[in-house]
Amino acid sequence: MSSNPELSALFNRGYQHGFVTDIESDTVPPGLDEAVIRLISAKKREPKFLLDWRLRAFEHWRTMREPHWAHLHYPPLDYGAISYYSAPRPKGDGPKSLAEVDPKLLETYAKLGVPLHERARLAGVAVDAVFDSVSVATTFKERLAEAGVVFCPFSEAVASHPELIEEYLGSVVPYTDNFFATLNSAVFTDGSFVYIPPGVRCPMELSTYFRINAANTGQFERTLIIAAAGSHVSYLEGCTAPMRDENQLHAAVVELIALEDAQIKYSTVQNWYPGDAQGRGGIYNFVTKRGECRGRNSRISWTQVETGSAITWKYPGCVLRGENSVGEFYSVATANNFQQADTGTKMIHIGANSRSTIVSKGISAGHGQNTYRGLVKIMPSARGARNFTRCDSLLLGPECGAHTFPYIETRNPGATVEHEASTSRISEDQLFYCQQRGLSTEDAVNMIVSGFCREVFKELPMEFAVEAQNLLAVTLEGAVG
Amino acid sequence: MSVPLLQIHDLSASAGGTPVLHGVSLEVNAGEVHAIMGPNGSGKSTLAHVLAGRPGYLITGGTVRFDGADLLALPAEERARAGLFLGFQYPVEIPGVSNAYMLKAALNARRRHLGEQDIDAFDFLNLVRGRMRTMHIDDALLTRGVNEGFSGGEKKRNEILQMLVLEPRLALLDETDSGLDIDALKIVGQGINSLRAADRAVVVITHYQRLLDYVVPDQVHVLARGRIVRSGDRDLAVELERRGYDWLLEAAAASA
Repeated sequence: MSSNPELSALFNRGYQHGFVTDIESDTVPPGLDEAVIRLISAKKREPKFLLDWRLRAFEHWRTMREPHWAHLHYPPLDYGAISYYSAPRPKGDGPKSLAEVDPKLLETYAKLGVPLHERARLAGVAVDAVFDSVSVATTFKERLAEAGVVFCPFSEAVASHPELIEEYLGSVVPYTDNFFATLNSAVFTDGSFVYIPPGVRCPMELSTYFRINAANTGQFERTLIIAAAGSHVSYLEGCTAPMRDENQLHAAVVELIALEDAQIKYSTVQNWYPGDAQGRGGIYNFVTKRGECRGRNSRISWTQVETGSAITWKYPGCVLRGENSVGEFYSVATANNFQQADTGTKMIHIGANSRSTIVSKGISAGHGQNTYRGLVKIMPSARGARNFTRCDSLLLGPECGAHTFPYIETRNPGATVEHEASTSRISEDQLFYCQQRGLSTEDAVNMIVSGFCREVFKELPMEFAVEAQNLLAVTLEGAVG
Repeated sequence: MSVPLLQIHDLSASAGGTPVLHGVSLEVNAGEVHAIMGPNGSGKSTLAHVLAGRPGYLITGGTVRFDGADLLALPAEERARAGLFLGFQYPVEIPGVSNAYMLKAALNARRRHLGEQDIDAFDFLNLVRGRMRTMHIDDALLTRGVNEGFSGGEKKRNEILQMLVLEPRLALLDETDSGLDIDALKIVGQGINSLRAADRAVVVITHYQRLLDYVVPDQVHVLARGRIVRSGDRDLAVELERRGYDWLLEAAAASA
């Protein structure tokens, strides 16, 4: 690859979602002790089992050390300097309509391109408030309720469906799982909860938007999705965050449970603030995502497009317990400037004839370091299990790096495990070919990169596929040199 | 006759520090078809690449005017948008990018240059399907990745398809005939002929005169050791086919 200064100069648009909304926050002072956890739990009026669970997690966390096995480099995090609770201050009993919602918050949603019908829900407008008769959000809620689908904030589910929370919370990612998941278990503030009743095909794609908005506030979301026997759900998660100078910790946990014949499709476009071109600032994204195919013929599919964050540490995995269960992982991860990504998946085959597919596309640019780390584990019980892994890396420029760490543990000799890997660069020939057809260098690079990611993009729901391509284009600005 | 569409004057260029072109001069008028022939390593492909603006060559002398403009001052993509098309000897694969997508992006780049609107998706499909019939290309090729897994012949026909869709002012075809069987050669020849028009020109670069049975050139030039050593009409190509290049090289060496 030539070092063409023109190419570097071509791409230099900034992070487009970098802004801070100035609204009053209800924030506790920095630091973490039992009192903070009790405060969080009390503020959320949680039942005792949940408080006890948080406290057990906190006790355990104090015995743990921050893991450093990943191919990541960052200064030590000061967990005492983080504020563990921040919520937009409620106005009375919550806004009755969009007119009562803080206009700054609405502006934020507009800048992020949150659909109009989503804004009311995100702004916390009371469900029983009088909406416009044409309100799409109301229609959505009605349609979901008709189908018996529960889709609400986690804290709301704690109040409305405590028995489901008690049964399933921590059943896939136990509070002892890992340093960041354990911290999350102790201090998580909110997140999403989904329950799809037996035999129900969720009538629409479910989506949520996460925002980090108060300075020095760690984000600890907790998402739990339960698909009962024979049900089907597709969940979209999109993230953007305002620009910040300080590094911000984000340690979310997502647990998925698919019972017999159930299917869960979980798609993510992650666009947290990646830091500036010199590597200052940006989100530290330490996420634990895991799904369990608990029943026969169940299926869990993870699709992720990771373009943001200064550091991404994330291995959405599947525990394939059910016979004939299927786990899938489709990933595009980019690391530009000084971004570091250590991401991949874990496929744990327990059930007979369980199958898994892993397609990982890593793009490194600038000084970015991109690591694929994946585990395929076949237990003795998983006779006839199959895995196929394809792991491709694309390097843009001479300073970046791509690393691949595939771990394969097979304890059943009848299992089939295939692994393919490649590392490539955009060739001069490809660039010139596109230019000779009249495409600018920028368009050529974007087109070639999109082509590289096509296998993954085609797994995304339509609206996300477009967003993902746009994000990728923004992320890789200044990438070719 | 007005100003020639392409005017190459005393063009010299080197690749990787090695001089390859030593003062090439050539004029191509709109409406004409020229053939550039010559032995391996004579600089034919270099000439095509230099004209198209491929990086990696150093222009050491001379000028090139295309449609009145200083061609060498333009970046490669602007030369393409201005109507200069290079049919590649070895078309590259771009995995995952559909042939249709690439072709549409290319066509719109050209249209924007001409101050026209982007083409409507429906009109685009109609246009491409028509051109695909001319080139005997299967519809399925449209949705496949650019040249991805294409046979040698498919790649070459795809180049000509792109040319027919883009309708360039000047097409430089770099050994488009190499590796084609006789049927494919005929189809490619028909494709090129269908582009011939009073306001366009074609420069065919080839080793062999067999393509010239289908695409009859107005002028034939022999490029040897970086210079045009002989120009003539169609009969020159026939003579080359019969006698080879050695006699010309000897004559050129004697006169140098």
